[in-house]
Amino acid sequence: MTQIRLTTPLTDADVEQLRIGQQVLVNGVIYTGRDAAHKRMVDLINAGKVNELPFDPKGQIIYYVGPSPTKPGRVVGSCGPTTSYRMDPYAPELYKLGLKASIGKGKRSPEVIEAMKEYKGVYLAAIGGAAALIAKCIKSAKVIAYPDLGAEAVHEFVVEDFPMVVVNDTLGGDLYQEGIKQYAVK
Amino acid sequence: MCQEANFFLGEDVMEAFKKGCETEVSNTGKEILQILIKNAEIARDEQVPMCQDCGYAVLFLELGQDVRIEGGDLYEALTEGVRKGYTDGYLRKSIVSHPLERKNTGDNTPPVIHTKIVPGENLKITLAPKGGGSENMSQIKMMKPADGVEGVKNFVLEVAKNAGPNPCPPVIFGVGIGGTMEKAALIAKEALLREIGSKNKDPEMDKLEAELLEKINNLGYGPQGLGGRNFALAVHIETYAAHIASLPVAVNINCHAARHKEVVL
Repeated sequence: MTQIRLTTPLTDADVEQLRIGQQVLVNGVIYTGRDAAHKRMVDLINAGKVNELPFDPKGQIIYYVGPSPTKPGRVVGSCGPTTSYRMDPYAPELYKLGLKASIGKGKRSPEVIEAMKEYKGVYLAAIGGAAALIAKCIKSAKVIAYPDLGAEAVHEFVVEDFPMVVVNDTLGGDLYQEGIKQYAVK
Repeated sequence: MCQEANFFLGEDVMEAFKKGCETEVSNTGKEILQILIKNAEIARDEQVPMCQDCGYAVLFLELGQDVRIEGGDLYEALTEGVRKGYTDGYLRKSIVSHPLERKNTGDNTPPVIHTKIVPGENLKITLAPKGGGSENMSQIKMMKPADGVEGVKNFVLEVAKNAGPNPCPPVIFGVGIGGTMEKAALIAKEALLREIGSKNKDPEMDKLEAELLEKINNLGYGPQGLGGRNFALAVHIETYAAHIASLPVAVNINCHAARHKEVVL
């Protein structure tokens, strides 16, 4: 299968070329965030304090992950994706501010899929549970905000050829719906 | 124990991945299974957690009735073991002290402890770290006796469909049928401890397991829910006597990082 290499920050054109089922290799800086960090970020947005966000979402990718602690001498702990639906209430606000992609695992809500169509964003699935292997793609890691949240703090990762699959594209396509059609036994 | 459970995936799961690579009809599905084998090998060789979610520490104790425990509180000792294991092993701490206030306890305690008193003079401790993603997709339903086996099958399939890609498939289904509400949930979780590929002692339930496994995999979700025929590695059923008015059914899903470790003292 052909793999598309993406380097952050991303443009509309970068994500508009993507279609569901394609494999993508992400390179560059990405940011992490889970439930608690998302709540804080969206609270800031709602309070009109966009400039206080840990990073400017424009053109960026957010990875839904809470890494395990880093063993001495390593870059980062194990860090596979967490289930994305828990971030659904917050995701549209970030796409609205120019976020180009989110990385996680599992289904997204109709509201998030609609927001990705409207603001030109995509949703990428990393392999849930392949956490030791994914850690190898992460070349540097640092906490940039909310250190009190522990594993849920916002990290900045520099990644190299981090593999994932396009699940939702800018056309509203959904691989979780389409992918199973050809394999279901009636 | 905490560290071993998180670093070393069981041989039965590895075997199931390998078998899945042979039977999987989707190329993406095959690739995913190969990646999961590689992931487990990295975790084992480098002694790092196979999954960043190192789980809720669920402990099953089988305490021999002739055992006398001296020198302190057994549950305290188990809690201390979890604390030390998760801290020293660089395992993720995923427990909040209050479900609504949600402040992390910082050491993955307390564990959930289930104790059974059994004949004998041994203490068997089984640790089964349980990830949140698959636990969140688990369900319980108090069915009517009239719903019967068809009702049970439909409910299990409904739970599978609702879960889809969320619980990190390929998954294992633990199904608890009967008892009271909490008993059904408990035996569903115990069913997850059974070795993959082992037979159910009840021949009828063994047949039902095979039928459900086929039906679940025929939904077409496949590994990671991206399409294919290996959505579930196994369906394990446990039953218990039920009230004349009740048919409780609990479905507990375990992700492919099906971790457990036991020790007999």
